[in-house]
Amino acid sequence: MREKKPRNGLLIDYEFCTGCKACVVACAQEYGWPAGQGGMRVTEILQELPKGRGYLSFLPFPTESCVLCAGRTRKGLKTACEQHCLAAVIRHGPVQELAREMERKPRMVLWAPR
Amino acid sequence: MSESGVKRVRTTSWSAGPGCHGGCGVVATVKDGRLVKLEGDPEHPWNQGRLCSRALAMTQYVHHPDRLRTPLKRAGERGEGKWEAISWEEAYDLIEARMKAIRDEHGPESFLFTIGTGRDIYPWISLLAYTYGSPNIVFGLSGNSCYATRISACKMVQGDYMVFDAAQWFPDRYDDPRWVQPECIVIWGYNIPASCPDNLFGHWIVDLMKRGTKIVTIDPRLSWFASRSEHWLQLRPGTDAAIAMGFLHVIVNEGLYDCAFVEKWTNAAHLLRTDTGRLLRESDLRAGGATANFVAWDAVRSAPAVWDAASQAYPAGAQPLLEGTCEVALADGGRVACETVWTAFRREVDRYPLDRVAEITMVPAEQVREAARFYAKAKPAAIHWGVPIDMTPNMTPTAHALAALWCITGNLDVPGGNVLARFAFNAVAYALPGTKSVFAPSAEAEAKRIATDRYGIFKKFSLRAQTDVTLEQIFTGEPYPIKGMWMAASNLIGGLGQDPKRWVEALKKLDFVVAVDLFHTPSTQLADVVLPAASFLEKDGVRSWWVPLQTINKAMTVEGCKPDIEIGFELARRFDPGFQWESIHDLLDDILKPSGMTFGELQEKGWAFPPEGHPSAPYRRHEKGLLRPDGTPGFCTPSGRVELYSTLREEWGLEPFPIFEEPPLSPLSRPDLAAQYPLILSTGRRSPVLYHTEHRQIPWLRALDPDPIVEIHPATASEHGIGAGEWVWVENSFGKALFKAKVTLEVPTWMVMAAHGWWFPEEPGAEPSLHGAFRSNANNLLPMGYQGKDGQGAPIKHGLCRVYKATPEDVIHA
Ligand code: SF4
Ligand code: SF4
Ligand code: SF4
Repeated sequence: MREKKPRNGLLIDYEFCTGCKACVVACAQEYGWPAGQGGMRVTEILQELPKGRGYLSFLPFPTESCVLCAGRTRKGLKTACEQHCLAAVIRHGPVQELAREMERKPRMVLWAPR
Repeated sequence: MSESGVKRVRTTSWSAGPGCHGGCGVVATVKDGRLVKLEGDPEHPWNQGRLCSRALAMTQYVHHPDRLRTPLKRAGERGEGKWEAISWEEAYDLIEARMKAIRDEHGPESFLFTIGTGRDIYPWISLLAYTYGSPNIVFGLSGNSCYATRISACKMVQGDYMVFDAAQWFPDRYDDPRWVQPECIVIWGYNIPASCPDNLFGHWIVDLMKRGTKIVTIDPRLSWFASRSEHWLQLRPGTDAAIAMGFLHVIVNEGLYDCAFVEKWTNAAHLLRTDTGRLLRESDLRAGGATANFVAWDAVRSAPAVWDAASQAYPAGAQPLLEGTCEVALADGGRVACETVWTAFRREVDRYPLDRVAEITMVPAEQVREAARFYAKAKPAAIHWGVPIDMTPNMTPTAHALAALWCITGNLDVPGGNVLARFAFNAVAYALPGTKSVFAPSAEAEAKRIATDRYGIFKKFSLRAQTDVTLEQIFTGEPYPIKGMWMAASNLIGGLGQDPKRWVEALKKLDFVVAVDLFHTPSTQLADVVLPAASFLEKDGVRSWWVPLQTINKAMTVEGCKPDIEIGFELARRFDPGFQWESIHDLLDDILKPSGMTFGELQEKGWAFPPEGHPSAPYRRHEKGLLRPDGTPGFCTPSGRVELYSTLREEWGLEPFPIFEEPPLSPLSRPDLAAQYPLILSTGRRSPVLYHTEHRQIPWLRALDPDPIVEIHPATASEHGIGAGEWVWVENSFGKALFKAKVTLEVPTWMVMAAHGWWFPEEPGAEPSLHGAFRSNANNLLPMGYQGKDGQGAPIKHGLCRVYKATPEDVIHA
């Protein structure tokens, strides 16, 4: 019986995502997406905290178009967004492994695109 | 390399292209002569495979349909947008003839050579200007308010420039045992996500944060760093010097400084005469004494001790008094009361008690105190600043105060501190202030460089003309007429020059203007000849700027385009009969000579780091005698020490100690204007996808930052009835510009932040539009001519304005 292939995902350390959008353009370049489309979106989140404090975060979000760079990862390469991310906050791998990683550090999010 | 017709070329990114100050190792995949991909080089110690959006968009840049691909000659009136394509040979002949005619009739100094930010263009424009015979290389910002002024200011205080330490000196980076992780970095007015300023990879700071470095942020905006800081000081723009003086106040009065460093490595013990307020010199003590030798008070002998600047020593056994007063007998038989520099420095610092600092800066005193203590107690700690420090008329004294901070806390040239930065192996292509490259103006030309008679710091360190004085000289013709301009990737109208309409008038007064660029811009539209330049992928070159030393390797060509180095080389040969280089590779070899490598040898290696013990490799070089040409321990300043009291500023008749001065166009200095324009206008915050005026035509990038934005606090927006995404006018006494409102807590209620560098390549190039150059141009609201007392710095980040909603007719264009 063949073992079920583990689902892959992207682990994002949003504490250190700076919103540089290298991931967006890396994906666009890799797959030739027209401007405005692609596998990655980055959202700006400005939280209002007590005592008038603010907190600026960015969150990269893999869209419906993300294919998890299956072709690249098969060749042993990092995903295009993972390799180029200026803050090195994207990690591609099996979801289970990445979930274990999440226990070690707060402020992470795990995406499992289709 | 395996697939036929496909090659992979390793090279170094340094403009044109991403626009930045460069340094990333990249791998270009070229198929049948076309760039199909550009990626970060995972083996490169600088970026380890990472790469920014602008470099990743290079395929859209290199092959853009709007790229200039042939030399153009103006066909109609200047600015009419009518061009005739000509060959390179015709273009060279035309340029040679016109420029030689101007040189013959008016002298070479009447031709200006303008540049933009720190690209691989400056060496080649220097080659061109100096072989032509002109000393007048011009950087468009008012007050030359950028990196070069900062370098001059730092050299003035400590003899060398410095950067924060992210182990960039070592191939194995953070694993190198010589490196120490900074405990704290003070991010003084800049925003890393968006750029790699000053030859640093911005995200190194993020690497350090992940490893535990704590951040102090000094910024009026709630930046990404501000959100993640131990201390965030939200100051009023333009008051940075007051914060720095407040820091010094805390550090000096709470004894948080490194007393051994202050005593040994600064000029704190030198004596100041209380009658003249100037330094006491050996020549004051005895006839024939040297003016270059300063004097301390020997506490052992209770007598003056001469600091011999040549040997960098006091007489044997002398113990210089650090603090206090004394009376000294003079050569003329009189006596004069003196005090030490440290005593006077402390008095200056005491003029900034924290309640005064709070009043000036709007930052609560307690916050300043806590941040200052945090910085001073962190070991090691580094401070790094962005252009807000340079973009104020008080820039040099502000830099002086900041340098005093890292010096007296013992953080200068130590691992993890503020490390002195020199060109790797001393191989210089791009001569920044205070360095020499293989290109130099003749003494005769240099004597005519604009404004060096007025501004000592320009004469001493800089190789550029002072911009505001240059602009005036175009109109007055005094002391000599200005007749032509060479603009290399320097969009004066679209972003670099304040008061852009004045620059248009200036360009129109000139007899001959050449523009070199990759795309038409508002500025190229005002030229007589436009030459199509090449991107970094289309040329061989060297990148020598701090570390490492790298080659730029040609990956491809774009038909019709030429790199700046080739254009400079060809014309330089025509201008200078004694031109010494046979080929471009000869020239590159010559630049690399101090490294002991030829271009070919370095190209093999890809990059090279200077070895330990070389003057361009850290650390503690002042202790080892690696900094001064004479090999004595110390720094490259007139006294050989870090100058808390600047001997050069004394010589130039300017305040020798750091001070705060209120900016000229602020609510406090101009209450009359503030009554009409109650908001503080700041500009110039970086976009992570657009570099200054560039990239507006690159689809992937423009989609991510499509419009000129002004950031407005929600309370301010609602007070003015402005909704998110609505178009608004930002206006003041100098002019107005149209922006899209981003309603956000990133800015305080009392300030707006307007994006800079906006023009619209998609709009007509002919006048009056000039690609929409004046519609959303933040420079419409900024003047020329308000430069600092030493010519450095200008009020670019702290003007005044009001905002109001635009009418539907106003926004039809936008
Ligand atoms: S994993 Fe690949 S496909 Fe998905 S967003 Fe990243 S680069 Fe795009
Ligand atoms: S590249 Fe990395 S740091 Fe930049 S926006 Fe994407 S996830 Fe964030
Ligand atoms: S901006 Fe930074 S990441 Fe982009 S190419 Fe330049 S140095 Fe590299």
